[in-house]
Amino acid sequence: MKSPWLVIRSQKVPFSFRVDRRVPTVLIILAMVTLVAMIISVSYGEYYVPPLATIQSILGLDSGNSDYAFIIRTLRLPRTLVAFCVGIGLAIAGTITQGITHNPLASPGIIGVNSGAALAAVTLLIVFPSVSSAWLPVVAFLGGLSVAILIYLFAWKGGSSPVRLILVGIGLNFIAGSLTSFMITFGNINNVSQAMVWLIGSVYRRSWEQLLMLLPWLVIFGLLALVMARELNALSLGDEVARGLGNRIERQRGILLITSIALASASVATAGSIGFVGLMSPHISRKLVGATQEGQLPTAAMIGGMLVVLADLAGRMLFAPTELPCGLITSAIGAPFFIYLLIRKR
Amino acid sequence: MNRLETKHLTLSYDGTPIIKDLYLALPSQQITALVGPNGCGKSTLLRGLARLLKPRRGTVYLDGAEISKLSTKAVAKRLGILPQSPIAPEGLTVRDLVAQGRYPYQNWLQQWSKQDEEMVAWALDLSGMTEFADRALDHLSGGQRQRAWIAMALAQDTEILLLDEPTTFLDLAHQIDILELLLQLNQTQDRTIIMVLHDLNQAARYADNMVVIQQGEIYDQGRPKQVMTEAMVSNVFGVNSRIVPDPVVGTPMCVPLSRRTAGKELRD
Repeated sequence: MKSPWLVIRSQKVPFSFRVDRRVPTVLIILAMVTLVAMIISVSYGEYYVPPLATIQSILGLDSGNSDYAFIIRTLRLPRTLVAFCVGIGLAIAGTITQGITHNPLASPGIIGVNSGAALAAVTLLIVFPSVSSAWLPVVAFLGGLSVAILIYLFAWKGGSSPVRLILVGIGLNFIAGSLTSFMITFGNINNVSQAMVWLIGSVYRRSWEQLLMLLPWLVIFGLLALVMARELNALSLGDEVARGLGNRIERQRGILLITSIALASASVATAGSIGFVGLMSPHISRKLVGATQEGQLPTAAMIGGMLVVLADLAGRMLFAPTELPCGLITSAIGAPFFIYLLIRKR
Repeated sequence: MNRLETKHLTLSYDGTPIIKDLYLALPSQQITALVGPNGCGKSTLLRGLARLLKPRRGTVYLDGAEISKLSTKAVAKRLGILPQSPIAPEGLTVRDLVAQGRYPYQNWLQQWSKQDEEMVAWALDLSGMTEFADRALDHLSGGQRQRAWIAMALAQDTEILLLDEPTTFLDLAHQIDILELLLQLNQTQDRTIIMVLHDLNQAARYADNMVVIQQGEIYDQGRPKQVMTEAMVSNVFGVNSRIVPDPVVGTPMCVPLSRRTAGKELRD
């Protein structure tokens, strides 16, 4: 019988690695869909650029029209790349959260980490508008971390009932949401309008600058997550089994939790709260490549990236010329998905 | 030889001592059953032995060394633990679960050695789970699922295996099935098996060594024939009983009569 695992093993050096056999194929297909969606996304708009010219412009070739190069490279490409990266960040964060909480309903968005990050970021934009926006991810991270600490105190320690975690998370979501509204109500109008565009969960007008701000977070913590895949596997079998297998659970879970918060917060700091990507991606990924993290994490990341790119494209095409923020599209799909999970579980 | 021992062991939950100043030596290559009434601390003791619970006072020794001073991965190569109702992510296949047993042998570079692969195949085979290897755990019956978890513990390749009520929630056929599997492991592989069991008769039948725990202390320990007496059942479980030899294998068998506190005793 064919093994369901794809094994890479060296005879000479002590190196070996195993993933589900489906992973490479699934990743290639997802990457191709995403790439096509990105090219369509970049061609499409008020000023239509033919796909071939789009590809030429992206690759830095001469497309025979200097407007094209400007529109594609300066205006549209960073936007779709930001969408892709934000999706990756949210999806990895969601996969980690579901693994360490043993809760298929959890994600940084559901348990309030995203709202905490958003509140902190809005506070920075409105109260300290002169501070450089490079601080946004850092401040958002602190906001997300604060919510995570609150959740730990209220819901995690006293027995980790899945529903309790979700309910406390929804409560914290509301609190952070109302504080954010408070900020918006009393803030200076110019700062508020800047915050509003961002808060709604959209990649509208995202530039290379914002992409570059997000990238270090994504690379560092994304790689860290992949490196920690085996630890996440062990932790998802529960604390006792993980400890019995020799996992230093407090430490490993701590690192993974920080990784998750950092990725979610940096994504929120870049594009606002794009809901349910962190919730949906791990589920879709598990259906495609199984429940071990060496495969599930990268696949979820690609799915997350693809979802946000597609949502951004759909948001622009559905009611053109009116633009719907991609966060609205992901929520429209994600909320019923969440309810489906909830009904099926109880 | 005693590979697992405790001295002065005190374990507590939220400040309440559950196990008090316990001296216990668990014989190697034997099956030990921890028995006692609900809340006596037998599961707590098992968790303490497996270093899942930090002792309040005293020490657990593994091969003469303090278990808390050994690296947790080193311990995981010698001692495996299966909790009472372990959880697994949705959709995890039996094969993927069993592969997790190899965790203590792996590192960042060496994630799936030839030996890992062989041990997983061996564990699946021994537990009779090879044909279910590609099924999701949540689609299996309770007995099959328990076998899958035992297979994971087997893949961990530890000489000592601790199990917390491995037969609870299973029907009789599956209970016997699991106990026979553990017996086979003990007899063919010389594994030391230490398990919490609810059923006194199963404990007496399968264990070489029985440890009776009452209110966090050891009431008695030894061969089931010596330990399982009418006095013990009465004192520890508060039940009047007759102990008769099992008609098949001759191990002591407890036939409960009535609760001691109910007063009137049933006549023979």
